[in-house]
Amino acid sequence: MSDTETAENATDAPVGEYLTFVLGSEEYGIEILKVQEIRGYDAVTRIANTPEFIKGVINLRGAIVPIVDLRVRFGLGKAEYGPFTVVIILNLSGRVMGIVVDGVSDVITLQASQVRPVPELVASIDTKYLIGLGTVDDRMLILVDIERLMSSQDMALIDNPEVQNPRSQP
Amino acid sequence: MDDLLGELSRLGEVRTLAAPPAWRKGKKDKKSKKAQSAPAQWRFLLETAVPITEVRELFAFVADPSEFSITAQPQETAAAAGDAGYGLFEPHEAATHAESGDRYGFFEPLPAAGSGEAYGLFAEMPAAGAAADAGYGFFTDTAPQPAPAGIDGEGYGFFTPLPQPAAAAPAQTPAARPREAAKAKPAGTGDTTIRVGVERVDQLINLVGELVITQAMLAQTAARVDPVLYEALHNGLAQLERNTRDLQEAVMSIRMMPISFVFSRFPRLVRDLAGKLDKQVELVTMGEATELDKSLIEKIADPLTHLVRNSLDHGIELPDRRLAAGKPAKGTITLSAAHQGGNIVIEVRDDGAGLNRAKILAKARERDLDVSDGMSDADVWALISAPGFSTAEVVTDVSGRGVGMDVVKRNITEMGGSISIASAPGIGTAMTIRLPLTLAILDGMTVALGDGLYVIPLNLIVETLQPQPGDLRTVTGQGRMVHVRGEYLPIIALHQVFNLPAAIADPCRGVLVLIEAEGKKAALFVDALVGQQQVVIKSLETNFRRIAGVSGATIMGDGTVALILDVATLIGMGQQRG
Repeated sequence: MSDTETAENATDAPVGEYLTFVLGSEEYGIEILKVQEIRGYDAVTRIANTPEFIKGVINLRGAIVPIVDLRVRFGLGKAEYGPFTVVIILNLSGRVMGIVVDGVSDVITLQASQVRPVPELVASIDTKYLIGLGTVDDRMLILVDIERLMSSQDMALIDNPEVQNPRSQP
Repeated sequence: MDDLLGELSRLGEVRTLAAPPAWRKGKKDKKSKKAQSAPAQWRFLLETAVPITEVRELFAFVADPSEFSITAQPQETAAAAGDAGYGLFEPHEAATHAESGDRYGFFEPLPAAGSGEAYGLFAEMPAAGAAADAGYGFFTDTAPQPAPAGIDGEGYGFFTPLPQPAAAAPAQTPAARPREAAKAKPAGTGDTTIRVGVERVDQLINLVGELVITQAMLAQTAARVDPVLYEALHNGLAQLERNTRDLQEAVMSIRMMPISFVFSRFPRLVRDLAGKLDKQVELVTMGEATELDKSLIEKIADPLTHLVRNSLDHGIELPDRRLAAGKPAKGTITLSAAHQGGNIVIEVRDDGAGLNRAKILAKARERDLDVSDGMSDADVWALISAPGFSTAEVVTDVSGRGVGMDVVKRNITEMGGSISIASAPGIGTAMTIRLPLTLAILDGMTVALGDGLYVIPLNLIVETLQPQPGDLRTVTGQGRMVHVRGEYLPIIALHQVFNLPAAIADPCRGVLVLIEAEGKKAALFVDALVGQQQVVIKSLETNFRRIAGVSGATIMGDGTVALILDVATLIGMGQQRG
């Protein structure tokens, strides 16, 4: 990757406030404007024939909201649910969904200069779902394009005529 | 009226300035009544020392505040004016007076009158005449009196200054302030409606649903405390329960519309079509006031239209054939709607020729459908709902293309309803549509499986049973079936379909729920029955996606989510597995 591209990527990356949360030993950040609320982890209603990372649905004040365990999705091992386990409720273009994370740290404002591009690497999620890597002091934040990730087909959160039915029929 | 006069006279001297003629006739001996030209109202002049509010209260006993008006005349006395309905009244003299009317007053501009009127007609007179009105007061003020005339034109008062040095300021003597009620109730409230977006109503319904759940949770918590010590709490919660239930009913009724919205289009359709087909048909509608959910109203219109066209084209015979069959030349199509339990039943009935069993069977054989002569009538009639089925020899622009009944049936099934056909040769045909009252609420049977709860729509459940080991049969060692009253039904184990660990693997220890959808029956094997209850249907697709075998979700009394099973899909899934 040439220097000019790097520079471009750095300036293109949205500058703004990020909610940071912990998954295992890694710190992640998502745009704060996508977050609707944060709540404790309640019992979910399991839904049959869905991928393992979809924990099920909860009743969020009358709305049925699916809950995704990001740790399972990112292949970070089985999540243990404790008193600090929280659910971040996201509002992505009107669709409400929740993600289970180990804990929420804080809200950080990032400047464009603090965001580094993601190098090509092998991870359990495609790097196209990452905005960049944020650096705050010596912490590294993995900035996730949560909207793109959650609406991707392999999350199976949204109806997709091509992949919908085969999954339910083993 | 006599009482009122009596009461008034208790307060001071009453002069009746005008009375409706009927009244005057009957009561000749009434007090000094000046014959006035506007007899539609009562008008009094009351001379009294009591504040005007008291007079007002007196009137409020006998009439709606919007039906009378009272004006204070500080110059002389408090004058009570009352008039009916639209707050029109006519002062007649420079010295004004009180008026009261039993009827709708009409306003006549008299040479000496100021007047207030509901929608802004006013008269201005050279002479005096203080006017006041309830509600939307427009008034004219003419004041020979130098004193600030007691005018209450609260609300939307416009007033006209007059040539005379009128003290027309909205001078409200404290006593002359009209009652709030008079303002709040605009004159002539008729049938008024508000157009509101569906999403707002849905939001309201959601919120009320939440309230009901919260109330249930509170009740559950309160059940643990001592009812003697916390009697007030329990009473309050009981009250809350009633209120929430009323609120829920009221909110649900917002979505309800009378079926006349659909029925009203049929007279014209029938007339036009009958003319085109040279048939004589009379349309009778019954139960137009039956209410059902608006979303159902929209969806039922097309299927009903189709059924009515069918009745006209296929059912009702031509006049000469009807006469030959000993029937009146004019056929009758009856459209009726009624509530039956939690369902609404809509029937399209004609007194035509009825379905032709032999013709249907012949046609079915032609199309290689699986039929036999021994089929029951109901099964034969059901054939006409098969796709592409038509017995009409000639395709017309009215019907006969063979698309229609299958679409009707599919639409109705989608609405959670069913259609049944009854027919007798020469007597007629009746198509009966059964629909749930609303799409938002479902009567369900809650069943347990593992640690989860599931809801099965009650109208799709035939029966539930606990089988004996002898009732269970297998085919090739698997593909379990249960033998119920001579029928072999496949057993669909819900935990297998949903890939859940089985708490109970033996159907004899669990419960079999016999379900029927789209003409197919199966036995759904679950752990236990929990209970029957009404549930509010929530879409899974709002924030998630469709799940095979699940038609939606609902929120139980404890706030957890339970899935509503899609019985038709489950039967299909079970068969693929078997």
